[in-house]
Amino acid sequence: MGKTRVARTGNEAMAEAIRQINPDVVAAYPITPATEVMQIFATYVADGLVDTELVPTESEHSAMSAAIGSQVAGARTMTATSSQGLALMYEMLYIAAGLRLPLIMAEVNRALSAPINIHCDHSDTMGGRDAGWIQIFSENSQEAYDNLIQAVRIAEHKDVLLPIMVTTDGFIISHAMEAMEIYDDKDVRGFIGTYKPLLPALDHRNPITVGAIDFVDYYFEHRRAVAQAMINAKDVILEVGREFGRKFGQEYGFYEAYKLDDAEVAMVCLGSTAGTGKDAIDNLRKRGIKAGLLKIRVFRPFPAEELAARLRCVPQICVLDRSDALAATGGPLFAELLAAMYEDRSEHKIINRIYGLGGRDIKVGEIEELLSAQVSAAAGGKSIDRIAYLGVRE
Amino acid sequence: MSNLKQLATRRAPLCGGHRACAGCSAPNVVRQVLMASADPVVVGSATGCLEVTTTIFPYSAWNVPFVHSAFENAGASVSGIEAAYKSLKKQGKIADEKINFVAFGGDGGTYDIGFQSLSGAMERGHNLLYVCYDNGAYMNTGIQRSSATPRGAMTTTSPVGKVVQGKQQQRKDLTACMVAHEIPYVAQTTPAHWRDLNAKAEYAFSIDGPKFMNVLAPCRLGWGFPMELTMEMCRLAADTCFWPLYEVVDGRYKLTYTPREKKPIEDFLKLQTRFRHLFRPENEHVIAEIQQEVDRKWERLQKLCKL
Repeated sequence: MGKTRVARTGNEAMAEAIRQINPDVVAAYPITPATEVMQIFATYVADGLVDTELVPTESEHSAMSAAIGSQVAGARTMTATSSQGLALMYEMLYIAAGLRLPLIMAEVNRALSAPINIHCDHSDTMGGRDAGWIQIFSENSQEAYDNLIQAVRIAEHKDVLLPIMVTTDGFIISHAMEAMEIYDDKDVRGFIGTYKPLLPALDHRNPITVGAIDFVDYYFEHRRAVAQAMINAKDVILEVGREFGRKFGQEYGFYEAYKLDDAEVAMVCLGSTAGTGKDAIDNLRKRGIKAGLLKIRVFRPFPAEELAARLRCVPQICVLDRSDALAATGGPLFAELLAAMYEDRSEHKIINRIYGLGGRDIKVGEIEELLSAQVSAAAGGKSIDRIAYLGVRE
Repeated sequence: MSNLKQLATRRAPLCGGHRACAGCSAPNVVRQVLMASADPVVVGSATGCLEVTTTIFPYSAWNVPFVHSAFENAGASVSGIEAAYKSLKKQGKIADEKINFVAFGGDGGTYDIGFQSLSGAMERGHNLLYVCYDNGAYMNTGIQRSSATPRGAMTTTSPVGKVVQGKQQQRKDLTACMVAHEIPYVAQTTPAHWRDLNAKAEYAFSIDGPKFMNVLAPCRLGWGFPMELTMEMCRLAADTCFWPLYEVVDGRYKLTYTPREKKPIEDFLKLQTRFRHLFRPENEHVIAEIQQEVDRKWERLQKLCKL
């Protein structure tokens, strides 16, 4: 097992993973902040470092369409996008899942228009959360790299066969350089293995029809099978995460718990905010507040039971959503976690803060203030809103 | 070029028993195009009548690999299939054999919603043949106007009302748009001219790069003609020069059929209920306008063929 310690941005780390995966086909279209992933990868293609056929399409819709065509044909296929690009792909996202194609996407989270904005929030991937894609969030470059490598094994597992997106926070991770470890090509390639398509369309001696029309007599069964694949993905994600740990040293699960065991208050979040949050937790602990953090790594499939079990002993929970569902009921992560913890609702006070839209920075001090206010409200101090916005002028 | 006997021995890529309407020309177009390929084919299709009528799960009328994913993306989808083939062949992961890639789309999926995807696929130079079966409206959803619908035609979104009667605009010349892409081969034909169609498809399969064929595909339901007249409609379209048969090889135009006698456009229009209202006295000027446009384009085409 060889490892090299390097400094890489999130985009460089993702491009490195794609180089090592060496997909048969990559189809993509430029969009900030994901552009760089493909820009770097294009140099690998130009220098002959990969066997990949690069299809630089005329839109994201066509990128996803070409990727679907390629994967149907029998090729391991990848793409990368952000924000409006992912939104333009929405129609095809559902189709990729419905056709049970293990496509792999590097997604760099960016706010959706309007107003147009190039910075991070999670509204783009949240918009596609019911599309049938496995969604894995990353806290930093290392996780983005590790997650993308694991993504291949998860998506292509025979019990899953679903597309997967690995996300990083736009600019915060995608363009920030961090120290990380990369593994030797042969180890990565050994881990992911070769792709063996079940029914490749290029096998003209055994012709198949892909994308047939289902009426009321079959559609429901086919969608039920997609739902089952997502349920099956839970075990596979854990199995691959454990094997990854054995091979490369860092094990992965559905979430990461930080100082959670004795916590009286915990923040729950996705992505890079966990890094900021850990500093806030440390500071709160120094002040005598037993704070903890739970970072959700896997948002689809949503590990509801596991999260509820892990948070069972935490009385005060603050869910931080970097996107707004505009449903008048808080953010999407809040809604899902609330549903997951419904059985234990009398034991907990769960609040929601929507923060960081359009790349608005979240500061260590803001998190400290928020969690200490929640603890103080619980002790009979000044009451706080259940659902509110953090860091916005209103 | 293959003779009829040779063609007849090739296994039908699209078998009978599908649910296209009686008199539908789309299956004729598909069979004639694919029979021109002596090599294996992989077919991609836009959403539309062809896909819907031939792939009702758990049945399929296709004896060749058939891939459908959405409406507006046949160009991109087959781009991806062709890219996969190139990559896997280069890496030795599949057999080193020639496969022809064909995308089929109706006029809605090609002239309109799939135009960008088609344009992109052509510009990127994928080795594929895109075939538009042009029936001149969104027939699958119930006859709505498209940019391929001819001037004056009645559709459900260009109805004949008290003040507006039928489609107000001339049709888009998609074949010319594809010529403007400067791809190696562009052609226009009909399934009634099967020798012409077959020769064009054979030529398309014999050369590398992106190829485009625009094939007139009369729709008895949308056009309103007796179902036994499908091929007659094709012949009238060619003989009135509404739909000239020609090809453009590396930018050089060639007429592949010249009517012995150019028939008046009324001969084509009068058999179709979608043009019935044009024969009212107050609409005579529309027929004159259509004739003028046909003449203008026919003259221009003849000039282009002499270049």
